[in-house]
Amino acid sequence: MKSIAVVGGSLAGLEAATRLRQLGYDGSLLIYSQERRQPYDRPPLSKGLLTGVRDTASVALTLGESAQADWRMGVSAVALDARRRELSLSDGSSERFDGIVIATGAAAIRPRAISGRDGGIHVLRTLDDAISLRSRLHQAPARVVIVGAGFIGLEVASSCRELGLQVSVIEARALPLEPALGSVVAGTVAAMHRDHGVDLRLGVTVVAAHGAPQVERLDLSDGTSVSADVVVYAVGVQPETGWLVGSGLTVDGGVVCDEACGAAPGIVAAGDVARWPHRRYGIPRRIEHWDNAIRQAHHAASTLLANPGPPAGYDPVPWFWSDQHGSKLQVAGYAGGADEFRVVHGSLEARRFVGLYRRGDEVGGAVAIDDSKAFLACRRLLLDPEPTWSKVLAGLDSPVN
Amino acid sequence: MLCDGNGACALEAPGIFELDDADQLVVLEENPGPADRARVEAAAGACPKRAISIVT
Repeated sequence: MKSIAVVGGSLAGLEAATRLRQLGYDGSLLIYSQERRQPYDRPPLSKGLLTGVRDTASVALTLGESAQADWRMGVSAVALDARRRELSLSDGSSERFDGIVIATGAAAIRPRAISGRDGGIHVLRTLDDAISLRSRLHQAPARVVIVGAGFIGLEVASSCRELGLQVSVIEARALPLEPALGSVVAGTVAAMHRDHGVDLRLGVTVVAAHGAPQVERLDLSDGTSVSADVVVYAVGVQPETGWLVGSGLTVDGGVVCDEACGAAPGIVAAGDVARWPHRRYGIPRRIEHWDNAIRQAHHAASTLLANPGPPAGYDPVPWFWSDQHGSKLQVAGYAGGADEFRVVHGSLEARRFVGLYRRGDEVGGAVAIDDSKAFLACRRLLLDPEPTWSKVLAGLDSPVN
Repeated sequence: MLCDGNGACALEAPGIFELDDADQLVVLEENPGPADRARVEAAAGACPKRAISIVT
């Protein structure tokens, strides 16, 4: 392989480029990055960057020391011919490659009637989004309304409270994050937010926005209204696959890959854009975690080069963390479809605990709030390809833990 | 201080990085040998706060 293009200059793209060089690839390496700025890390954008603890420079991402690549900043791929491995670029050029890494990530879902950051309505995905929101939050708005109690929404709510702002969170579900955490932990998270002064409105949606040119009020589906000086729509992201229409790749809720993250001969995908089947959990999924962007990018690089061996299945135990109101929430694996949830360390009341989710006779996942050492023990036990419920519980009881 | 106790390093390189009962990072081996290089690099790469640097 003599020429590789990495499409996407964020975490997955950079990690793929770095790993390609680490594996000994010494051909040409191009990185196409839609944004015209130094690549940056996303987790601080809902946390320290909003509160002002972190500045713009501190969130920069850099390529691994020894990685050499040609950057095309502000150039995006607009089409792909997968059979010819030919990219059409936004600067009008097109080029064929021996290998392509697709790492174009995902974009914030915008409410239908609203576009851009006009009128006091924000989304939060890019550094530009975060800088714009930060600037507004530091003007002491009377009330911030966040639509969507997902991880980003709840982290923004925490940041707002840290800034001493009044904040309401509007969530359609009966409990925030229930699919990700199950009802018990979701209830604990809801209580934690309320205890920290967040006005959490569950089981309602926004039906109308009033105020021009700046938003002033949102009408909710329960007939109530909430005043809003700043609105943040945090309702999720969708994978950036529009450019792959007609490419020949299968696109369905992301770039559909095989078990080794291969999308087609000489083409791999990694990070928020990739959807692939993993042995542990059955159905093909897309994972939006920071940790997955790195691990999957490394695996995809290895698959592309068939180095160190023939392509192997990517079968991670997904892991993410979320920092809310000074507490650290962590999840490994999946809570979804659990037959049982059991606290195995600490207590819900103390808001310091580890819990396990059972699916059939296996541990599907683990969760912790502020109980990292015990959670680490669970993560280690979950590395077992068949983490049965009894085996994991026995492992937690053993003296070494 | 960059570290905020995510423990990703301890998963990649147990015995070199661990968490104590207060969930604080403990570096058990500040001068790992060459045989540990790959795991320590994996630990540094997995850290969400980029709190680990390898000073050869």
